[in-house]
Amino acid sequence: MKFTWFNLMPWPHLPDNFRTEYRSVWVDIPTSLYDPVKGHELYNVYLDELEYAESLGYDGIGVNEHHANAYGLMPSPNIMAASLARRTSKSALVVLGNSIALYNPPIRVAEEFAMLDVISGGRLVAGFPVGTSMDTNYAYGQIPGLTREKYAEAHELIRRAWREDEPFAFNGRYTKLRYANCWPKPIQAPPPIFIPGGGSLETYDFCLENDYVYCYLSYSGYKRAKQLMDGYWQRVQDAGKDMSPYRAGFAQTIIVADSDKEAERDYRQHVDYFYNRCLHVYPGFADAPGYRTIKTLKANVTSQMTSAAVGDVSSMSWDQLVNDGYVIAGSPDTVVEKMKELITGLRVGNIFCLIHVGDMPKDKCMRSTKLFAEEVMPRLRNMWPEYANDDRFWIHPVNHAARSGVAAVAGA
Amino acid sequence: MADQLLKLSAAPGVSYEIEVHQSGSGPDLLFLHGAGGLFADDPFLAALSKHFRVHAPRMPGYGQSSGDTHLRDMIDFTLLGWDIADALKLHKPLLVGHSMGGMIAAEMAAIAPDRVERLALLCPAGLWMDSHPVTDIFAALPFEFPTLLLHDPEKHGSLLSSGGDFDDAEFLTGFIVENSRRMTTAGKLLFPVPDRGLSSRLYRVKARTQVLWGSSDRLIDPAYAAEFVRLLPNAESLLIDEAGHMLPYEQTDKVVNALLGLHN
Repeated sequence: MKFTWFNLMPWPHLPDNFRTEYRSVWVDIPTSLYDPVKGHELYNVYLDELEYAESLGYDGIGVNEHHANAYGLMPSPNIMAASLARRTSKSALVVLGNSIALYNPPIRVAEEFAMLDVISGGRLVAGFPVGTSMDTNYAYGQIPGLTREKYAEAHELIRRAWREDEPFAFNGRYTKLRYANCWPKPIQAPPPIFIPGGGSLETYDFCLENDYVYCYLSYSGYKRAKQLMDGYWQRVQDAGKDMSPYRAGFAQTIIVADSDKEAERDYRQHVDYFYNRCLHVYPGFADAPGYRTIKTLKANVTSQMTSAAVGDVSSMSWDQLVNDGYVIAGSPDTVVEKMKELITGLRVGNIFCLIHVGDMPKDKCMRSTKLFAEEVMPRLRNMWPEYANDDRFWIHPVNHAARSGVAAVAGA
Repeated sequence: MADQLLKLSAAPGVSYEIEVHQSGSGPDLLFLHGAGGLFADDPFLAALSKHFRVHAPRMPGYGQSSGDTHLRDMIDFTLLGWDIADALKLHKPLLVGHSMGGMIAAEMAAIAPDRVERLALLCPAGLWMDSHPVTDIFAALPFEFPTLLLHDPEKHGSLLSSGGDFDDAEFLTGFIVENSRRMTTAGKLLFPVPDRGLSSRLYRVKARTQVLWGSSDRLIDPAYAAEFVRLLPNAESLLIDEAGHMLPYEQTDKVVNALLGLHN
C-alpha cells in the first residue's frame, strides 16, 4: 500500500453564517474574507504538517490545484511542492496535479514538473487533472465545450516534450511552438502519472491506454465510491489489463484518536466545518454546460439545481458522515477495520489520506497523523502481497540524493 | 410547417446536418435563434410566417442538428451561417438574429457585406461594455431563467420550459441534458465573456440595420443598443417596453411590425 498525506489547505476563518450570507465557497467568494497576515501563519503551519507526515513514514505528501477557492488555497501547487522538495528527502511529492489545459503554453507544465523531479531527485508523482468546472471554466475562463480537446492536446505536447531529445515543432490547435524544447528533462522517464477522474468511460480508457493511475478524489467516502470503482475495474478487465490495485487511488477523510468517543469529541467540529461550510458551492458553478460529455451527463445528472435545493442549508451530522463512510473516524482498531473494507472493496493500492480536515488546529492534526502512521499504516501495509513487487506506478528516485542546506554547501 | 434536414459537407472529414424550419410565403427571411434555441411550435416563427418565407436553421447542438464538434470559434459559426444560406439558395434574405443569433448574423453581414441589404438584430450578443457587464447565464440555474430572461415571468414563463416545471426534479434532469447540449455550442461564442471581436468588424456592414431591444432586458442591458448603433454604419435602434431578453416572444407583434418596416 502507498499512503499519501494530503492537505487541501482550507481557510479556517469562514464566518459562522457563511452558508446563509454567501452563495459559494468557490469562484465568487469575496477576498474580504481572507487575511494575508493570518495566511502567512497558515501556509507555514500547513507546510509543517506535510513535512511532519514525511518524518512519520508516509509514502507521499500531496498538494493540489484550486482557484478562487477558500477550502483549497493552492492556486499554484508547484510552489508548494518546490518548497517541500527542499525540506524533505524520502516521500514522493504527489502533485495532484496541474490542470494542464490552463497553462499557456502547456509546455510550462513539462518544464515545472521536470524541475520538481530533478530538484527532488526523482520523487515527483505528476497529476494531470482536467480540473473542476469551478476552477477550469469559471475561475480560469476556459470554454467548457473545448476544454477536453485542449486537455488532450496539452497532454500530447507534455509527453512528447519529455520524450524527445531534439527540439520539435508542435502545430496544435491551441498551442503552436516552432521550438518545443523542454529543459530540464525529468529524472523519471516519465514520472508516475495520476489522473483524477469522476466516472467517465473516456477517462478510464485514457488511464488504461497509458498505464496511468486512476484516482477518484471524492469527499463522500468509500461507501459511495463502490459503484464508480467497480465500473473502473470492469473496464480494466475488459481491456485485458492486469488488475494491479496500484492502478487506482482513492481519497478518504480519516480521523484517528485513542478511542471512537475521543474522535467524535475532539474532531467533530472540524469535520462539521469542512462538510457543512467548506463544501458550500453554488450549484450553478458545479458543472458548466459542455464541461461533461452528454454521455456522462445522462448517466450522472443530479438535481441539486432546484430552487429548494439551493435554499437548503441543512447540515450533515457526525453520525451521518461516519455511518455513511464520508469520514472514517475512531480508534486505531476502528480505523483499521474500515480502511480494510475500503482497500479491498475499492481495490485500491493508493490512499490519499485527508487527515487535516476543515479548521483543524495543528496539534490535533499532528496527533491524528501520528496515530494513523504508527497504529494504522503498519497493519495495512501488506494488503496486496501478490503485488508487493509491482513498482510500475510509483516513484523511482536516484540512489544518492543531494543534500540540501547551507551545511551541505559548506561541506560540513 | 415542415422541417428538413440539410446535409452540408465542409472541409474533408467535416460535415453538418442542419435541421431547418421553413414556413410561410413572401420575401425570404433567415432567422438565427438565440442560445435557448427555437421553441415548440415557435410562436415568433409562426407570426413571421404570416408575412415572410421563414427559414430558421437550428445550430449544431440544437434539436436534430449535428456536427457541433467541428465548431470552435467565431469564424466557424459565421461561415456555417453562409453555408446554410447557400444550401437554401437564399439571395439577399432579410437577415434576423436573436441574442447569440444576432451575433452570428452581424458577423455574417460584416464578412460578406454585399450579401446583406437588410439586417435586424434582436437583443444581440457580441459586444462587451465594462459599464454594463452581461449577466453570466452559464452560472444561472434553470429556475432563475424566467426572471433573468423575461419582463413578465408569470405570463411567459412556460415558454422557456415548454410547459415543464423547473422545480420538478425529474423534468429538470431531462431539461439539463438538453440545455447542456445547447449551451455547449453557445459557450463557444459566449463563454466566459461574449466578445469575439465583433466590435472591430461591424464597420464593414453595409446593410440597413434595425437594432431592437427589450427595455427590461436583464441579461444584456439595453445600453448595448446604442453601442451597436455607434459601431454600425447604417443602423437605428428601437427600445420596446414590456419586454425582456426574450423580446420576440414577449412583444411578437411589435417586432414583426418593425421587421416589416425594415423590409419595405
